[in-house]
Amino acid sequence: MSSKRGDREGTASEFRRLIETEGDAVGQNTRTVNQLSDYALERFDSYEELRGAAREIKEQAIEELPALIGEVDEAVEANGGEVHVAQTAADANRIVEEIMAEQDAQTLAKSKSMTTEEIEVNEHLESAGYDVIETDLGEYVIQLADEKPSHLIGPAMHKSPGEIAELFNREFGLTGEDALSENPQELTEFARQKVGERIREADVGMTGANFVVAETGTLMLVTNEGNARKTAVTPDTHIAVAGVEKLVPSLVDLQPFTELIARTGTGQDITSYVSLLTPRVDTPVPDFEADEFRDSDDRDFHLILLDNGRMGMREDEQLRETLYCIRCGACSNACSNFQAVGGHGFGGETYTGGIGTGWEAGVHGIESASEMNDLCTGCSRCEPKCPVDIDIPWINTVVRNRLNREVDADDFEYLVEGLHPDEETGGLDRQKWLFGNVETLAKIGSKTPRLANAVKNSGPGKRLLASVFGVDTDRTLPDLADETLREWYMNRGPQVVDPDRDVVLYPDLYTDYFDPERGKAAVRVLEALDVRVHIPAVAESGRAPLSQGMIETARSQAEFVYGTLVTHIDRGRDVVVIEPSDAAMFRDDYEKLLPEQSADRLAGHSYEICEFVYGLLENGREVDALSTAEGVSVAYHSHCQQRTLELAAYTEELLDRAGYDVRTSDVECCGMAGSFGYKEEYADVARAVGEHLRDDLGEVSGERIAASGTSCQTQLDLLYDRPVPHPVELLDPR
Amino acid sequence: MSSEETFRESAAGTATVHETTAEEFAETLESAIEKPAVGTPLPFEGVSLDESPVETEFSPEELQSAETGVTPARVGIGEYGTVTLPSDGAGSELVSLYTPRHVAVLAASAIEPDMKAAYERLSEEFAGGADSQVLATGPSATADMGTLIEGVHGPHEVHILVLEDR
Repeated sequence: MSSKRGDREGTASEFRRLIETEGDAVGQNTRTVNQLSDYALERFDSYEELRGAAREIKEQAIEELPALIGEVDEAVEANGGEVHVAQTAADANRIVEEIMAEQDAQTLAKSKSMTTEEIEVNEHLESAGYDVIETDLGEYVIQLADEKPSHLIGPAMHKSPGEIAELFNREFGLTGEDALSENPQELTEFARQKVGERIREADVGMTGANFVVAETGTLMLVTNEGNARKTAVTPDTHIAVAGVEKLVPSLVDLQPFTELIARTGTGQDITSYVSLLTPRVDTPVPDFEADEFRDSDDRDFHLILLDNGRMGMREDEQLRETLYCIRCGACSNACSNFQAVGGHGFGGETYTGGIGTGWEAGVHGIESASEMNDLCTGCSRCEPKCPVDIDIPWINTVVRNRLNREVDADDFEYLVEGLHPDEETGGLDRQKWLFGNVETLAKIGSKTPRLANAVKNSGPGKRLLASVFGVDTDRTLPDLADETLREWYMNRGPQVVDPDRDVVLYPDLYTDYFDPERGKAAVRVLEALDVRVHIPAVAESGRAPLSQGMIETARSQAEFVYGTLVTHIDRGRDVVVIEPSDAAMFRDDYEKLLPEQSADRLAGHSYEICEFVYGLLENGREVDALSTAEGVSVAYHSHCQQRTLELAAYTEELLDRAGYDVRTSDVECCGMAGSFGYKEEYADVARAVGEHLRDDLGEVSGERIAASGTSCQTQLDLLYDRPVPHPVELLDPR
Repeated sequence: MSSEETFRESAAGTATVHETTAEEFAETLESAIEKPAVGTPLPFEGVSLDESPVETEFSPEELQSAETGVTPARVGIGEYGTVTLPSDGAGSELVSLYTPRHVAVLAASAIEPDMKAAYERLSEEFAGGADSQVLATGPSATADMGTLIEGVHGPHEVHILVLEDR
């Protein structure tokens, strides 16, 4: 855990190195696939239906896992093969070595499999004197370079064609006329020749399995290159290594996955090959050396089912969902931070990207997940891309929560008595404590806002924030306003005499203490449409502590918030929210924190401000009551969680009706993501993500810029060196 | 649109589709192959490789150096333009995989409209013993070297002969 200053600096410089060396290739590849996948899903009407079906199949299969293991054992044996259940990576490797010895084998051709990366079978076989050749071209590159895969399905995604050419030329001593250029066609041809020879000579072929059908003993192997097909059927011995979670009951269960895995993973409708092999296969064995085909009875098949922590994950209520993952890598491609640093930064011992945290915690232990975990900011852009609907941000929050409890409590000195949240047992990293307690700090500071700002922005203040709390010295924490939104509203009072309806405007922490102007604009917009506004004292939503993994603190905040708001809802008042990350708490995250009925009740009565105003217009209110513009262009950046909840379109439509020409950014997240961009070790990652946002929005001279989220506004303020308002401020009829 | 029409449209993006009949098969086949060609027996009535330039007896070395491989396909999937290739004792899996040009022969009556129907049919086929089949869609491909390249460990060109009267 990097709680010390030196660690933070080390982490920051490692991220800087990755951004410089691998960021360009990873960024280009992940963004391309992410866009292709968006396009593939847009054209696919059955996405939600099949996603639901896929999820159900996985839930059921994991529930019945012990029975499925027994069933597949019988099926494989009936087909003339053998099933081995390996408790640990060491067991699996020992079984592989025994098979190699039994077959008197020397060489093994292997098709891409993350599970074999997890057990490090190559290292084990090589140290025992065997030859291993990777057959997926990306894996082949990684093997030659002696590196680890940087992505679940694109292992060499961090390398440019030029770097691959350099690698091949160096490894094979190609110089002068023989040297390869960076032409991808030439590189592919060279690699397929090299790998092809080795497959034909191999004694044993090893594959993973995307799925294993318990009833029939059928493996499903998904590839584009065809290397898995070749590896499985060319040598006479086939070893498949699969995690136990890959089992599904019957063949028809594969249908939804066949239709989903390429769309989310690569943006194709289907990959070139989806092999449904039930070994031992009837295909005769091609003996290229003797130039004859041998009878298929010569074939041997071994299925190694790996536990290595999975049965424990199955018993773990929070991590169990990880086992539903089909490893398509979509969550990595949709992740802004992954796009910036790649899997060598956002990864553990084996697994990479958002879901990687769950896998690492489950199979290698929580320590292996600790470094990567903080790169998940909970922006939630991976959620709609997950073909089995896994709540990936929640898994990261749970892992963070568990890591928080492991930090040595002695390392922490409380600067302000009474601030440490009682609900969080064990120790807590100071940086997380600061950002998790931001509400209390804002309350204290706002008693004397100018003094607090002056101290915070002074040299010594910044140095203190940096050295004790790990706040990046180049970032300035936001200034407290002289007057909070609630103070302003209490002095001013409601100004609607004969209201059409009443609402609660939720005074989110940022609007209330730091940027009351956007709150005032929201009040005036609502009033112009005959809505009477109430701004009660309500606790911070719990977003701040939740983002730091402080789940119990977030839960008690949620209970306070619900307790306050429910009486207003009972009076027929909807809750209108300016800050999208708080709207997402009420609409989505509270289902993890509150009893179902309470969460549903609040979710059903909460609206993001522009969504609510749009609804008023749809119900007959006139846009003319608001500030309108004619032909003014707006470059708009929607908030990540707002987009996941599919609320961005309301803002665009609203601005359009008010006469603005709106264009919206394509990037998944602004990079600030609450406290993330303020943290010393991640400030450069946040900047790299921000630069991409700037590239995407491009030149904005003569245009307004608007952003819905606090963090997005802050990031854009800096990028364009001008204050960036919330869209509701563009509609303010003041 | 019929399943066959859907199939033709979907497959057109990744393969060359030839519509033919049992009678015209020999002629269509000639136009789709490049010699030397190897192949495995076709199970469709009145359709055979016997009189064709396609060699059904071959060694691994001949397989390896052939330009074209001809095999039967068992099921077509309309929505995807996918065909399923059997792993049979004649070596169809190897023929469809090792040659740079693969020619799959498919009966129009074996085209299912969508993936759901295809899996239901495959379930029956698996129970009947044809329990290893590859869902193949277009040529083998990779993007590992920086851009999409067709033709890696499998064919770089795919032709599908649809027998309209079978």
